[in-house]
Amino acid sequence: MASTLHNEDLVGMLCEMIKARIASDRLWSLQRQGRIGTIAPINGQEATVVGASWALDPDHDWVLPQYREPMGLGRYGPEILHRFAAWAIGHPQGGHIPEPLRVFPPQISLATQILHAVGLAWALKLRKEPGVALTFFGDGSSSEGDFYEAGNLAGVLEVPVIFLCSNNQWAISTPTSRQTAAAGFATKAEAFGIPGVTVDGNDPLAVFEVVGAARDRALAGKGATLIEAVNYRLGAHTTADDPTRYVPADELAAAKERDPLIVFRRQLEDRGIWDQAMQTDAERAGERAIDDAWAWASNLPLHQTDLFDHVFATPTLRQQQQRNGLTEYLRGTP
Amino acid sequence: MSDQTATEAQTASGTLRNEETLAMVSAINQTLMAEMHRDERVMVFGEDVALSGGVFRATEGLLDEFGSERVVDMPLAEAAILGAAAGLAAGGMIPLPEIQFLGFSYQAMHQLAGQIARFRYRTQGRFSMGITIRAPFGGGVRTPELHSDSLEGQLANIAGLKIVTPATAADAKGLLTEAIRDPDPVVFLEPLRGYRGIKGPVPMGEHRVPFGKARWASPGDDVTIIAWSYQVEVAVRVSRQFAEQGISVGVLDLRSLVPLDIASIVAAVERTGRVVIVEEAVPTGGFAAEIMATINEHAFYSLEAPPIRVSGFDTPYPVGMLEDTYVPDVRRIEAAVNKLINAAP
Repeated sequence: MASTLHNEDLVGMLCEMIKARIASDRLWSLQRQGRIGTIAPINGQEATVVGASWALDPDHDWVLPQYREPMGLGRYGPEILHRFAAWAIGHPQGGHIPEPLRVFPPQISLATQILHAVGLAWALKLRKEPGVALTFFGDGSSSEGDFYEAGNLAGVLEVPVIFLCSNNQWAISTPTSRQTAAAGFATKAEAFGIPGVTVDGNDPLAVFEVVGAARDRALAGKGATLIEAVNYRLGAHTTADDPTRYVPADELAAAKERDPLIVFRRQLEDRGIWDQAMQTDAERAGERAIDDAWAWASNLPLHQTDLFDHVFATPTLRQQQQRNGLTEYLRGTP
Repeated sequence: MSDQTATEAQTASGTLRNEETLAMVSAINQTLMAEMHRDERVMVFGEDVALSGGVFRATEGLLDEFGSERVVDMPLAEAAILGAAAGLAAGGMIPLPEIQFLGFSYQAMHQLAGQIARFRYRTQGRFSMGITIRAPFGGGVRTPELHSDSLEGQLANIAGLKIVTPATAADAKGLLTEAIRDPDPVVFLEPLRGYRGIKGPVPMGEHRVPFGKARWASPGDDVTIIAWSYQVEVAVRVSRQFAEQGISVGVLDLRSLVPLDIASIVAAVERTGRVVIVEEAVPTGGFAAEIMATINEHAFYSLEAPPIRVSGFDTPYPVGMLEDTYVPDVRRIEAAVNKLINAAP
């Protein structure tokens, strides 16, 4: 599969990885400035997300992220980062990813999206649409009941879904050894009756290859695949976390040696398709992307009564009364 | 009042020519059949719904009629049933998941409350959840634990769900049709005792009953009993008994709890000034309490006596030998009505 990648794909993948890292770092700074709420960085997981996205067809394939991945989904268009910035600010439009983009908004309730992916893949199968649903989740989420229910159901239904467990070694402060006694997360596929594959999540080409194979299999009507992409969380769980309390310094230092942005850059330089000028250009493009997203998100109009919108297609009488009452209150009239 | 007259006329004349008499479970079954014929996106799935036709036979015959792609026996996992429903709805299907007993929905509450109820809101209209979750509930049939719990108050406290509670066979058809065509998630609660215990005339052909329009199950001027689902049947019995004594007890069937017909509740309080609210659930924080609050907000000065709740108790739903003490019955409701009649104006 990797052989079908052209040099411009490899360059494009590295550009997206750089863009994701820059967006993540910028959002971190914005949180520290008090301009956005809690944010979970993508640092260390860029290769997993970008490599997987490169194996998908954005016109047909769906992505159901957890909450870090949207920063790495530039392949689905700049709109994803715009919406993610709005989501980070806390604007309602952050959860609205417009048609026809086949991406779900961030999911906070861990592992619930794995079942949504199965249902969505089931709909694709019933409607005979050529596409797959790929869902991201973490090593911690694999302990949730929804992961097991989803894996089991996908096995029974033989639906075109790809489960991508981004194993970054940490669920906040809990190491993988406290999540499972199994020899890796991919082994759990056996209980679902589906294939399970472990891949180096720091290598976007390796991720591209296994996701591509899983996608081919799904499109051929052979059902689901569980992929464990092994990477390392190169920093905090979120802006509210202090990993120095629990991550061994030497382990983190070793992981930084394997930083996918460094390793993949070196690989492309060795191939003679990347140089310092391209690095500078990519970093500038990354800055522009998050600048644009931030400018868009921070200029969205907002009314306090927007909080009533989109609960139901048609508001209930009671919601209308509450909305009217709030409007009057905000106007300062009795 | 014209609705009330119409209902009485139908009951008095028996079954009209364009009606048939059905048990509630048959009305539900026919509605599922009709809606699946109408729209091929409609699909039914849950535990034992296909091969066996459901533990109450509500989905009997659907597998033969529509095949195993649209009528699906699911692995025994409630969160999977509702979580998959969310994905199916996002993918353009009209899912009708069944939760075999409402008490089992605790094992899917994160998908119901945390996901289905808020998907339209979270995505600001991108993904609507046109899902109808059917679930039997309520007591009186000596089930094992967690098969009889009335959780409507808990469900009504989840913003983004509509809660529908038919009390007649005709309403089961009309409200279920409405639920399936509603673009938002509806929890459609079917009374265990009512599946075969409630029979009545059901209009043939298309029949829709809008949400949020209560129904006078029985007219009355002295006291109003507000009820939903199977307790409407019990309240009507109470009303008949008082009628023999010359006391006029009305029964207001709410039909849906979300949306709630506030205007009819207010009208009932204005008409009688005395109100009994019946529910099978735990009273603390329950839906009868919600109706009391509604009355206080909108009709306080029309009250002639403090309203009374006839509920379960603040205990878990009990085992079979204690069930009849827990579930409101004719005698407990009668006692409440008498207390209101004897209350000083």
